[in-house]
Amino acid sequence: MTTDRKPLLGGFMPWLSPRPAAKPAPAPASAPTAIAVAERPKGEAEPMNEHIVKSYEEELALLDRKIAQMGGLAEHILGQSFDALERRDPQLAEQVVKSDKQIDQLERDIEEQVISMIARRQPLADDLRHVMAALRITGDLERIGDLAKNIAKRALAIAHESHPKPLMTGLRHMGELALSQLKDVLDAYAARNADRALAVWREDENIDSMYNSLFRELLTYMMEDPRNIGLSTHLLFGAKNIERVGDHTTNIAETIHFLVKGVNIADDRPKGDDTSSTLFSKD
Amino acid sequence: MLNVTTPEANRAVTRGNTLDPKVVAKDVNVYYGEKQALFDVTVNIPDRGVMAFIGPSGCGKSTFLRCINRMNDTIPICRVTGKITIDDEDIYDPALDVVQLRARVGMVFQKPNPFPKSIYENVAYGPRIHGLAATKAELDHIVQSSLEKAALWKEVKDRLNDPGTGLSGGQQQRLCIARAVAVSPEVILMDEPCSALDPIATAKVEELIDELKKNFCIIIVTHSMQQAARVSQRTAFFHLGVLVEEGATNDIFTNPKDQRTQDYITGRFG
Repeated sequence: MTTDRKPLLGGFMPWLSPRPAAKPAPAPASAPTAIAVAERPKGEAEPMNEHIVKSYEEELALLDRKIAQMGGLAEHILGQSFDALERRDPQLAEQVVKSDKQIDQLERDIEEQVISMIARRQPLADDLRHVMAALRITGDLERIGDLAKNIAKRALAIAHESHPKPLMTGLRHMGELALSQLKDVLDAYAARNADRALAVWREDENIDSMYNSLFRELLTYMMEDPRNIGLSTHLLFGAKNIERVGDHTTNIAETIHFLVKGVNIADDRPKGDDTSSTLFSKD
Repeated sequence: MLNVTTPEANRAVTRGNTLDPKVVAKDVNVYYGEKQALFDVTVNIPDRGVMAFIGPSGCGKSTFLRCINRMNDTIPICRVTGKITIDDEDIYDPALDVVQLRARVGMVFQKPNPFPKSIYENVAYGPRIHGLAATKAELDHIVQSSLEKAALWKEVKDRLNDPGTGLSGGQQQRLCIARAVAVSPEVILMDEPCSALDPIATAKVEELIDELKKNFCIIIVTHSMQQAARVSQRTAFFHLGVLVEEGATNDIFTNPKDQRTQDYITGRFG
């Protein structure tokens, strides 16, 4: 979707638009519309013509702005929740819990707008995929917000315990990766870039394997000394939350692929999380 | 909004389209005098299903529709080249009886156009001139079953002798559909059948189309994208006399392949 505004007059009277003529002479059905296309990054959707109805165009743009705002907010509080956990900062943690309410509000806004647009405009083709994608992405972002809140709550719970450094480093790396994945996927959405979304989708395997090793480390740590169990369990859930953030990020990547290409990603995602079948024996 | 079809149903439609088409058009060109209105239209239209033709005004969809029952013959300057077959029979064969063809290919128009006769006569006229009924009882039966197929029987059974023009617009259109159905056609062409009707009457006609598609090959020209999405299994998009894209309705309305289709159905400058 191009959001750059065409000159006003060109918008109302397309024949005055400085754009090259988009209407080809009667041509065989096989010939695609010949619009001179500038080089654009691989995987990015073709820029769209604007809707005849301006308010429709504006509503779609508004939807994207809300998603961007919500995504930025989710990114922000996720980062804050990691900091709160690492720095043992209860105030920061409480801030995260508060900010999550804004995310919830944005989700309701977007949902309402999508429902109203379906009712009033009956979007089709890429517009239909656009509003459906917005609806799905807003759901994933809301969940990411919840997970950030959950991490923050755990940060509150263990704020007064001493944090073992090697474990915290592992957790921080995992968090950083999840955060950069989220950032990438939001950029991919803004740019309508299916290839970048696909890259994020593949990368999730790394988060999974980091979670696996952290899981093992935490189990070992608990076995060493039962007094570590309280702290370790909270950290384990924190790690699980981060791993879930990665899953929602891949959901968003799948949605972007569908939005741009019109089809779902064909192959199965490489999965690295095998903790559900991992068991440590006593010896 | 989109009519929900199972993958099986979609495959069946696809199969019907490729292997068992009712109407096959190949390289159809139409000229009105010097002006060419259609360019090399090639399409297979499946039996027992609904195909929708969509496209901006003047794109040639109605022109193409009118080729299928040779209505364009009535326009002196109109010239058609290429081949159209129904059940492998060339309908432009000079030996073919056009009157018989039009009995096989019924048509419903944008504006309801009942004859200025009684409701009964409107439906009985076709079967009578084509000699489809030997007795009055047989004719009565055809009239009743046609009106039933058109979902109009209950509303008019007590006033069959009232003039057809006295019915409401939606009832008139269903009367015209009953009239088309009465001669047992194989193909029914509908040229914007609901554009003069209110939403309730439109819904009744669409329900009727759903019923009729079990027995007929239906081709509908419509300006309502939602209607095409609701009633058809396959959709063809025409633009500037060219058949741009044809495919399963679900695909056309969720993921069209051609930029021009996309621009048209989403309401963009194309």
